[in-house]
Amino acid sequence: MNARAATAIVAAALLLAGCSGVEPWVKPYERDRLADPIMSFDRNPVSTSYMDHVREAREGARGAAGSSGGGCGCN
Amino acid sequence: MERRRASLLLISALALTGQAAVGGTLPEERMDALYHFYSGDNVEIDGPSLLVRKNVGQSVSVSGSYYVDSITSASVDVVTTASKYSEERTQWGAGIDYLHGDTTMSVGFSNSEENDYSADTINFGISQEVFGGLTTISMGYGSGSDEVRRRGDDAFQDTVDKKAYRLGVSQVLTRNWVVGLAFETIADEGFLNNPYRSVRYLDGAGGFAFQAERYPRTRASNAAAVRSRYHLPWRAAVAAEYRFFTDDWGIDAHTLELGYTQPRGRLTFDLRYRYYTQGSADFYSDLFPYQDAQNFLARDKELATFQSHGPHVGVTYTLFDRTSDTRALRGSASLFYDYIFFNYDDFRDLRVTGVQPGTEPFFSFNASVVQAFFSLWF
Repeated sequence: MNARAATAIVAAALLLAGCSGVEPWVKPYERDRLADPIMSFDRNPVSTSYMDHVREAREGARGAAGSSGGGCGCN
Repeated sequence: MERRRASLLLISALALTGQAAVGGTLPEERMDALYHFYSGDNVEIDGPSLLVRKNVGQSVSVSGSYYVDSITSASVDVVTTASKYSEERTQWGAGIDYLHGDTTMSVGFSNSEENDYSADTINFGISQEVFGGLTTISMGYGSGSDEVRRRGDDAFQDTVDKKAYRLGVSQVLTRNWVVGLAFETIADEGFLNNPYRSVRYLDGAGGFAFQAERYPRTRASNAAAVRSRYHLPWRAAVAAEYRFFTDDWGIDAHTLELGYTQPRGRLTFDLRYRYYTQGSADFYSDLFPYQDAQNFLARDKELATFQSHGPHVGVTYTLFDRTSDTRALRGSASLFYDYIFFNYDDFRDLRVTGVQPGTEPFFSFNASVVQAFFSLWF
Protein backbone atom coordinates (compact mmCIF):
# COMPACT_ATOMS: atom_id res chain seq x y z
CA MET A 1 0.00 0.00 0.00
CA ASN A 2 2.85 2.39 0.82
CA ALA A 3 4.56 1.60 -2.47
CA ARG A 4 1.25 2.28 -4.25
CA ALA A 5 0.81 5.62 -2.49
CA ALA A 6 4.40 6.59 -3.33
CA THR A 7 3.89 5.68 -6.98
CA ALA A 8 0.79 7.88 -7.12
CA ILE A 9 2.67 10.84 -5.62
CA VAL A 10 5.60 10.27 -8.00
CA ALA A 11 3.21 10.27 -10.96
CA ALA A 12 1.59 13.50 -9.72
CA ALA A 13 4.99 15.13 -9.22
CA LEU A 14 6.15 14.21 -12.72
CA LEU A 15 2.91 15.56 -14.15
CA LEU A 16 3.48 18.81 -12.25
CA ALA A 17 7.01 18.98 -13.68
CA GLY A 18 5.53 19.00 -17.16
CA CYS A 19 3.38 22.03 -16.35
CA SER A 20 6.13 24.65 -16.19
CA GLY A 21 4.20 26.81 -18.67
CA VAL A 22 1.19 27.21 -16.33
CA GLU A 23 0.39 30.86 -15.50
CA PRO A 24 0.07 31.58 -11.77
CA TRP A 25 -3.69 31.92 -11.31
CA VAL A 26 -3.38 34.05 -8.17
CA LYS A 27 -1.44 37.15 -9.26
CA PRO A 28 1.20 38.65 -6.95
CA TYR A 29 -1.05 41.70 -6.30
CA GLU A 30 -3.86 39.35 -5.20
CA ARG A 31 -1.83 37.76 -2.41
CA ASP A 32 -2.36 40.32 0.35
CA ARG A 33 -4.64 38.00 2.32
CA LEU A 34 -2.31 35.02 1.87
CA ALA A 35 0.56 37.16 3.16
CA ASP A 36 -1.36 38.03 6.36
CA PRO A 37 0.45 36.39 9.32
CA ILE A 38 -2.85 34.81 10.43
CA MET A 39 -2.63 32.62 7.28
CA SER A 40 0.71 31.10 8.28
CA PHE A 41 0.72 27.34 9.00
CA ASP A 42 3.34 27.98 11.67
CA ARG A 43 2.92 31.48 13.09
CA ASN A 44 4.89 30.75 16.27
CA PRO A 45 7.57 28.09 15.63
CA VAL A 46 8.74 28.17 19.26
CA SER A 47 5.25 27.21 20.41
CA THR A 48 4.66 24.64 17.65
CA SER A 49 7.82 22.69 18.42
CA TYR A 50 6.99 22.70 22.14
CA MET A 51 3.46 21.36 21.58
CA ASP A 52 4.81 18.71 19.16
CA HIS A 53 7.15 17.59 21.94
CA VAL A 54 4.33 17.50 24.53
CA ARG A 55 2.28 15.27 22.21
CA GLU A 56 5.09 13.04 20.99
CA ALA A 57 5.95 12.12 24.57
CA ARG A 58 2.38 10.93 25.22
CA GLU A 59 1.07 9.66 21.90
CA GLY A 60 2.13 6.69 19.77
CA ALA A 61 1.94 8.73 16.55
CA ARG A 62 4.80 10.84 15.29
CA GLY A 63 5.90 12.65 12.16
CA ALA A 64 4.32 14.96 9.57
CA ALA A 65 3.76 17.44 12.38
CA GLY A 66 5.75 20.35 11.03
CA SER A 67 8.78 20.35 13.31
CA SER A 68 11.30 17.96 14.80
CA GLY A 69 13.37 17.57 17.95
CA GLY A 70 15.31 15.12 20.06
CA GLY A 71 15.12 13.50 23.45
CA CYS A 72 13.24 10.70 25.04
CA GLY A 73 10.45 12.62 26.79
CA CYS A 74 9.63 9.54 28.85
CA ASN A 75 7.53 10.58 31.84
CA MET B 1 12.51 -1.97 4.08
CA GLU B 2 9.92 -1.74 1.31
CA ARG B 3 8.55 1.42 2.91
CA ARG B 4 11.98 2.99 3.04
CA ARG B 5 12.63 2.23 -0.65
CA ALA B 6 9.27 3.70 -1.63
CA SER B 7 10.05 6.87 0.26
CA LEU B 8 13.50 7.24 -1.36
CA LEU B 9 11.95 6.74 -4.78
CA LEU B 10 9.48 9.47 -3.99
CA ILE B 11 12.20 11.88 -2.88
CA SER B 12 14.29 11.25 -6.04
CA ALA B 13 11.29 11.79 -8.30
CA LEU B 14 10.45 15.08 -6.62
CA ALA B 15 14.03 16.24 -6.98
CA LEU B 16 13.49 16.02 -10.75
CA THR B 17 10.63 18.49 -10.61
CA GLY B 18 12.75 21.57 -9.83
CA GLN B 19 11.62 24.66 -11.70
CA ALA B 20 13.25 27.92 -12.76
CA ALA B 21 14.09 30.30 -9.92
CA VAL B 22 12.13 33.55 -9.51
CA GLY B 23 12.80 34.76 -5.95
CA GLY B 24 12.06 33.03 -2.65
CA THR B 25 12.27 34.52 0.82
CA LEU B 26 14.27 33.74 3.93
CA PRO B 27 12.44 33.01 7.20
CA GLU B 28 11.53 36.02 9.38
CA GLU B 29 14.23 37.51 11.59
CA ARG B 30 12.81 36.90 14.99
CA MET B 31 13.54 36.18 18.64
CA ASP B 32 11.20 34.29 21.00
CA ALA B 33 11.52 33.73 24.73
CA LEU B 34 8.97 31.23 26.05
CA TYR B 35 8.13 29.78 29.45
CA HIS B 36 6.25 26.48 29.35
CA PHE B 37 4.40 24.62 32.08
CA TYR B 38 2.74 21.20 31.89
CA SER B 39 0.70 19.60 34.66
CA GLY B 40 -1.14 16.28 34.41
CA ASP B 41 -1.18 12.82 36.06
CA ASN B 42 0.98 14.12 38.94
CA VAL B 43 3.69 15.11 36.47
CA GLU B 44 4.90 18.71 36.39
CA ILE B 45 7.27 19.94 33.71
CA ASP B 46 8.37 23.50 33.16
CA GLY B 47 11.24 25.48 31.75
CA PRO B 48 12.33 28.07 29.19
CA SER B 49 12.57 27.83 25.43
CA LEU B 50 14.51 30.37 23.37
CA LEU B 51 14.63 30.70 19.59
CA VAL B 52 16.62 33.29 17.63
CA ARG B 53 16.79 33.66 13.88
CA LYS B 54 18.91 36.29 12.10
CA ASN B 55 19.94 36.97 8.52
CA VAL B 56 23.58 37.17 7.50
CA GLY B 57 23.69 39.06 4.21
CA GLN B 58 20.93 38.62 1.64
CA SER B 59 20.86 34.86 1.29
CA VAL B 60 21.76 33.25 4.63
CA SER B 61 19.67 32.89 7.78
CA VAL B 62 21.11 31.40 10.96
CA SER B 63 19.12 30.16 13.94
CA GLY B 64 19.83 28.99 17.45
CA SER B 65 17.60 27.41 20.08
CA TYR B 66 17.78 26.46 23.74
CA TYR B 67 15.17 24.41 25.60
CA VAL B 68 14.85 23.00 29.11
CA ASP B 69 12.37 20.53 30.66
CA SER B 70 12.47 20.39 34.47
CA ILE B 71 10.48 17.30 35.35
CA THR B 72 8.94 16.11 38.62
CA SER B 73 7.07 12.88 38.11
CA ALA B 74 4.80 10.81 40.31
CA SER B 75 2.72 9.52 37.38
CA VAL B 76 0.55 6.42 37.58
CA ASP B 77 3.35 4.25 36.10
CA VAL B 78 5.89 5.65 38.50
CA VAL B 79 3.85 5.30 41.71
CA THR B 80 2.76 1.74 40.90
CA THR B 81 6.13 0.33 39.78
CA ALA B 82 8.87 2.75 40.91
CA SER B 83 9.29 5.89 42.99
CA LYS B 84 8.82 9.61 42.41
CA TYR B 85 11.70 11.30 40.59
CA SER B 86 12.95 14.66 39.34
CA GLU B 87 15.16 15.24 36.36
CA GLU B 88 16.10 17.81 33.76
CA ARG B 89 16.45 17.69 29.99
CA THR B 90 18.38 20.35 28.10
CA GLN B 91 18.36 20.78 24.35
CA TRP B 92 20.51 23.00 22.12
CA GLY B 93 20.02 23.54 18.43
CA ALA B 94 21.64 25.48 15.59
CA GLY B 95 20.75 25.80 11.93
CA ILE B 96 21.61 27.56 8.70
CA ASP B 97 19.28 28.30 5.78
CA TYR B 98 20.69 29.31 2.40
CA LEU B 99 18.46 30.92 -0.23
CA HIS B 100 19.36 30.70 -3.89
CA GLY B 101 16.69 31.98 -6.25
CA ASP B 102 13.55 30.09 -5.30
CA THR B 103 15.39 27.30 -3.54
CA THR B 104 16.09 27.23 0.19
CA MET B 105 18.56 24.69 1.53
CA SER B 106 18.85 24.11 5.24
CA VAL B 107 20.90 22.15 7.69
CA GLY B 108 20.31 21.90 11.42
CA PHE B 109 21.83 20.14 14.38
CA SER B 110 20.45 19.55 17.86
CA ASN B 111 21.68 17.91 21.03
CA SER B 112 19.47 16.81 23.91
CA GLU B 113 20.85 15.66 27.27
CA GLU B 114 19.21 13.98 30.25
CA ASN B 115 21.02 12.06 32.98
CA ASP B 116 19.88 8.80 31.32
CA TYR B 117 19.40 9.78 27.66
CA SER B 118 21.47 11.67 25.07
CA ALA B 119 20.26 12.49 21.58
CA ASP B 120 22.09 14.04 18.61
CA THR B 121 20.03 14.88 15.55
CA ILE B 122 21.03 16.34 12.19
CA ASN B 123 18.47 17.52 9.64
CA PHE B 124 18.84 18.47 6.00
CA GLY B 125 16.12 20.16 4.00
CA ILE B 126 15.49 21.69 0.61
CA SER B 127 12.43 23.61 -0.51
CA GLN B 128 11.58 24.97 -3.90
CA GLU B 129 8.91 27.45 -4.97
CA VAL B 130 7.31 26.74 -8.33
CA PHE B 131 4.42 28.16 -10.40
CA GLY B 132 5.34 31.75 -9.54
CA GLY B 133 5.31 31.01 -5.82
CA LEU B 134 1.93 29.27 -5.73
CA THR B 135 3.46 25.90 -4.92
CA THR B 136 6.27 25.09 -2.52
CA ILE B 137 7.75 21.61 -2.54
CA SER B 138 10.00 20.62 0.35
CA MET B 139 11.99 17.54 1.19
CA GLY B 140 13.93 16.67 4.28
CA TYR B 141 16.12 14.02 5.79
CA GLY B 142 16.89 13.62 9.47
CA SER B 143 19.30 11.30 11.21
CA GLY B 144 19.40 10.76 14.95
CA SER B 145 21.89 8.98 17.12
CA ASP B 146 20.75 8.41 20.72
CA GLU B 147 22.33 6.82 23.76
CA VAL B 148 20.09 5.20 26.38
CA ARG B 149 21.26 4.68 29.97
CA ARG B 150 19.57 3.54 33.18
CA ARG B 151 19.91 5.34 36.52
CA GLY B 152 21.47 3.13 39.17
CA ASP B 153 22.72 0.60 36.61
CA ASP B 154 26.13 1.59 35.21
CA ALA B 155 26.36 -1.70 33.28
CA PHE B 156 23.38 -0.79 31.09
CA GLN B 157 23.97 1.23 27.95
CA ASP B 158 22.36 0.95 24.54
CA THR B 159 21.73 3.03 21.43
CA VAL B 160 18.94 4.13 19.10
CA ASP B 161 19.48 5.16 15.47
CA LYS B 162 16.73 7.14 13.77
CA LYS B 163 16.18 8.06 10.15
CA ALA B 164 13.40 10.36 8.98
CA TYR B 165 12.37 11.18 5.40
CA ARG B 166 10.01 14.12 4.92
CA LEU B 167 8.10 15.45 1.97
CA GLY B 168 5.85 18.49 1.90
CA VAL B 169 3.81 20.44 -0.61
CA SER B 170 2.19 23.77 0.12
CA GLN B 171 -0.29 24.97 -2.50
CA VAL B 172 -2.11 28.28 -2.92
CA LEU B 173 -5.55 27.38 -4.29
CA THR B 174 -7.22 30.79 -4.37
CA ARG B 175 -6.42 34.28 -3.08
CA ASN B 176 -8.02 33.18 0.24
CA TRP B 177 -7.08 29.53 0.53
CA VAL B 178 -3.86 27.60 1.05
CA VAL B 179 -3.41 23.87 1.68
CA GLY B 180 -0.41 21.84 2.77
CA LEU B 181 0.38 18.17 2.44
CA ALA B 182 3.05 16.45 4.53
CA PHE B 183 4.38 12.93 4.50
CA GLU B 184 7.00 11.50 6.84
CA THR B 185 8.57 8.06 7.16
CA ILE B 186 10.58 7.34 10.29
CA ALA B 187 12.67 4.23 10.92
CA ASP B 188 14.21 3.47 14.33
CA GLU B 189 16.63 0.78 15.34
CA GLY B 190 17.96 0.02 18.81
CA PHE B 191 16.69 0.01 22.40
CA LEU B 192 13.21 1.46 21.92
CA ASN B 193 11.48 0.75 25.23
CA ASN B 194 11.70 2.70 28.43
CA PRO B 195 14.29 0.98 30.65
CA TYR B 196 12.22 1.65 33.81
CA ARG B 197 8.80 0.38 32.70
CA SER B 198 7.28 -3.00 33.50
CA VAL B 199 4.42 -5.12 32.27
CA ARG B 200 2.20 -7.09 34.63
CA TYR B 201 1.09 -10.68 34.39
CA LEU B 202 -1.14 -13.03 36.37
CA ASP B 203 0.96 -14.82 38.96
CA GLY B 204 -1.25 -17.94 39.09
CA ALA B 205 -2.15 -17.29 42.73
CA GLY B 206 -4.97 -14.80 42.21
CA GLY B 207 -2.70 -11.77 42.01
CA PHE B 208 -0.28 -10.22 39.54
CA ALA B 209 3.46 -9.61 39.28
CA PHE B 210 5.72 -7.42 37.12
CA GLN B 211 8.48 -8.10 34.61
CA ALA B 212 10.50 -5.70 32.43
CA GLU B 213 9.01 -4.46 29.16
CA ARG B 214 10.49 -5.92 25.97
CA TYR B 215 10.01 -4.09 22.64
CA PRO B 216 11.15 -5.01 19.14
CA ARG B 217 14.49 -3.38 18.23
CA THR B 218 13.10 -1.83 15.05
CA ARG B 219 10.15 0.40 14.28
CA ALA B 220 9.02 1.94 11.00
CA SER B 221 6.19 4.46 10.81
CA ASN B 222 4.41 6.52 8.18
CA ALA B 223 2.43 9.69 8.74
CA ALA B 224 0.51 11.75 6.19
CA ALA B 225 -1.14 15.07 6.99
CA VAL B 226 -3.27 17.58 5.14
CA ARG B 227 -3.62 21.13 6.44
CA SER B 228 -5.79 23.95 5.19
CA ARG B 229 -6.15 27.64 6.04
CA TYR B 230 -8.84 29.90 4.65
CA HIS B 231 -9.04 33.70 4.95
CA LEU B 232 -12.60 34.80 5.67
CA PRO B 233 -14.15 37.90 4.01
CA TRP B 234 -13.34 39.82 7.21
CA ARG B 235 -9.85 39.66 8.72
CA ALA B 236 -9.94 36.19 10.27
CA ALA B 237 -8.77 32.70 9.31
CA VAL B 238 -10.20 29.21 9.75
CA ALA B 239 -7.93 26.18 9.83
CA ALA B 240 -8.45 22.43 9.52
CA GLU B 241 -5.93 19.64 9.80
CA TYR B 242 -6.03 15.87 9.56
CA ARG B 243 -3.21 13.37 10.04
CA PHE B 244 -3.16 9.62 9.57
CA PHE B 245 -0.45 7.58 11.22
CA THR B 246 0.43 3.89 10.93
CA ASP B 247 3.43 1.82 12.01
CA ASP B 248 4.69 -1.76 11.92
CA TRP B 249 3.97 -2.17 15.64
CA GLY B 250 0.27 -2.18 14.76
CA ILE B 251 -0.57 1.35 15.92
CA ASP B 252 -2.97 3.33 13.72
CA ALA B 253 -3.82 6.88 14.75
CA HIS B 254 -5.98 9.74 13.53
CA THR B 255 -5.64 13.40 14.47
CA LEU B 256 -8.19 16.09 13.65
CA GLU B 257 -7.83 19.74 14.51
CA LEU B 258 -10.02 22.74 13.76
CA GLY B 259 -9.04 26.33 14.46
CA TYR B 260 -10.10 29.95 14.19
CA THR B 261 -7.87 33.05 14.35
CA GLN B 262 -9.36 36.50 14.92
CA PRO B 263 -7.29 39.69 15.16
CA ARG B 264 -8.94 42.66 16.83
CA GLY B 265 -6.90 45.84 17.20
CA ARG B 266 -3.64 44.98 18.95
CA LEU B 267 -4.97 41.58 20.00
CA THR B 268 -5.06 38.29 18.11
CA PHE B 269 -7.23 35.48 19.45
CA ASP B 270 -6.68 31.81 18.60
CA LEU B 271 -9.20 29.07 19.28
CA ARG B 272 -8.54 25.44 18.39
CA TYR B 273 -9.89 22.04 19.22
CA ARG B 274 -7.78 18.93 18.67
CA TYR B 275 -8.95 15.32 18.74
CA TYR B 276 -6.55 12.35 18.68
CA THR B 277 -7.31 8.64 18.73
CA GLN B 278 -5.07 5.59 18.44
CA GLY B 279 -5.27 1.80 18.55
CA SER B 280 -2.84 -0.21 20.65
CA ALA B 281 0.40 -1.87 19.55
CA ASP B 282 0.16 -5.59 18.70
CA PHE B 283 2.32 -6.55 21.68
CA TYR B 284 0.54 -4.29 24.21
CA SER B 285 -1.51 -5.72 27.04
CA ASP B 286 -2.65 -4.32 30.36
CA LEU B 287 -2.39 -7.81 31.90
CA PHE B 288 -0.52 -10.74 30.36
CA PRO B 289 -1.82 -14.26 31.23
CA TYR B 290 1.57 -15.45 32.56
CA GLN B 291 5.27 -14.49 32.69
CA ASP B 292 7.02 -14.24 29.30
CA ALA B 293 3.65 -14.76 27.61
CA GLN B 294 5.07 -13.59 24.27
CA ASN B 295 8.32 -12.41 22.67
CA PHE B 296 7.49 -8.72 22.95
CA LEU B 297 5.74 -7.22 25.94
CA ALA B 298 4.50 -3.68 26.52
CA ARG B 299 2.31 -1.94 29.06
CA ASP B 300 3.30 1.63 28.23
CA LYS B 301 0.15 3.73 28.03
CA GLU B 302 1.64 5.53 25.03
CA LEU B 303 1.09 2.23 23.16
CA ALA B 304 -2.43 1.60 24.54
CA THR B 305 -5.79 2.31 22.89
CA PHE B 306 -6.81 5.82 23.90
CA GLN B 307 -8.31 9.14 22.90
CA SER B 308 -7.00 12.56 23.83
CA HIS B 309 -8.73 15.80 22.99
CA GLY B 310 -9.15 19.34 24.17
CA PRO B 311 -9.29 23.05 23.45
CA HIS B 312 -6.51 25.56 22.86
CA VAL B 313 -7.08 29.22 23.70
CA GLY B 314 -4.46 31.78 22.80
CA VAL B 315 -4.16 35.54 22.93
CA THR B 316 -1.34 37.65 21.49
CA TYR B 317 -0.94 41.36 22.26
CA THR B 318 1.16 43.60 19.99
CA LEU B 319 3.30 45.66 22.37
CA PHE B 320 4.77 47.94 19.68
CA ASP B 321 5.07 48.04 15.91
CA ARG B 322 7.64 50.37 14.40
CA THR B 323 7.93 48.51 11.12
CA SER B 324 8.98 50.80 8.26
CA ASP B 325 9.69 50.20 4.57
CA THR B 326 13.31 49.47 5.34
CA ARG B 327 13.08 47.28 8.44
CA ALA B 328 10.74 45.38 10.74
CA LEU B 329 10.59 46.21 14.43
CA ARG B 330 7.70 44.67 16.27
CA GLY B 331 7.16 43.07 19.64
CA SER B 332 4.34 40.97 21.08
CA ALA B 333 3.39 39.04 24.21
CA SER B 334 1.40 35.79 24.00
CA LEU B 335 -0.39 33.57 26.47
CA PHE B 336 -1.57 30.12 25.28
CA TYR B 337 -3.52 27.58 27.28
CA ASP B 338 -4.33 23.97 26.32
CA TYR B 339 -6.51 21.61 28.32
CA ILE B 340 -6.23 17.94 27.33
CA PHE B 341 -8.43 14.98 28.33
CA PHE B 342 -6.79 11.54 28.11
CA ASN B 343 -9.09 8.49 28.22
CA TYR B 344 -7.61 4.99 28.03
CA ASP B 345 -9.59 1.97 26.81
CA ASP B 346 -7.19 -0.82 27.85
CA PHE B 347 -4.89 0.65 30.49
CA ARG B 348 -6.13 0.12 34.02
CA ASP B 349 -5.50 2.20 37.12
CA LEU B 350 -3.37 0.04 39.45
CA ARG B 351 -3.69 2.55 42.28
CA VAL B 352 -7.07 0.86 42.85
CA THR B 353 -6.30 -2.23 44.92
CA GLY B 354 -8.32 -5.03 46.54
CA VAL B 355 -10.11 -6.01 43.32
CA GLN B 356 -9.67 -8.93 40.91
CA PRO B 357 -6.67 -8.26 38.58
CA GLY B 358 -7.99 -7.00 35.27
CA THR B 359 -11.11 -5.41 36.77
CA GLU B 360 -9.53 -2.16 37.97
CA PRO B 361 -11.15 0.95 36.44
CA PHE B 362 -9.67 2.28 33.19
CA PHE B 363 -7.22 5.09 33.67
CA SER B 364 -7.90 8.68 32.62
CA PHE B 365 -6.41 12.06 33.43
CA ASN B 366 -6.54 15.70 32.39
CA ALA B 367 -3.57 17.92 31.64
CA SER B 368 -3.04 21.68 31.55
CA VAL B 369 -0.42 23.21 29.29
CA VAL B 370 0.55 26.89 29.61
CA GLN B 371 2.85 28.84 27.30
CA ALA B 372 3.79 32.48 27.96
CA PHE B 373 6.17 34.11 25.50
CA PHE B 374 7.57 37.36 24.13
CA SER B 375 8.38 37.70 20.45
CA LEU B 376 10.53 40.33 18.77
CA TRP B 377 10.76 40.81 15.00
CA PHE B 378 13.75 42.89 13.98
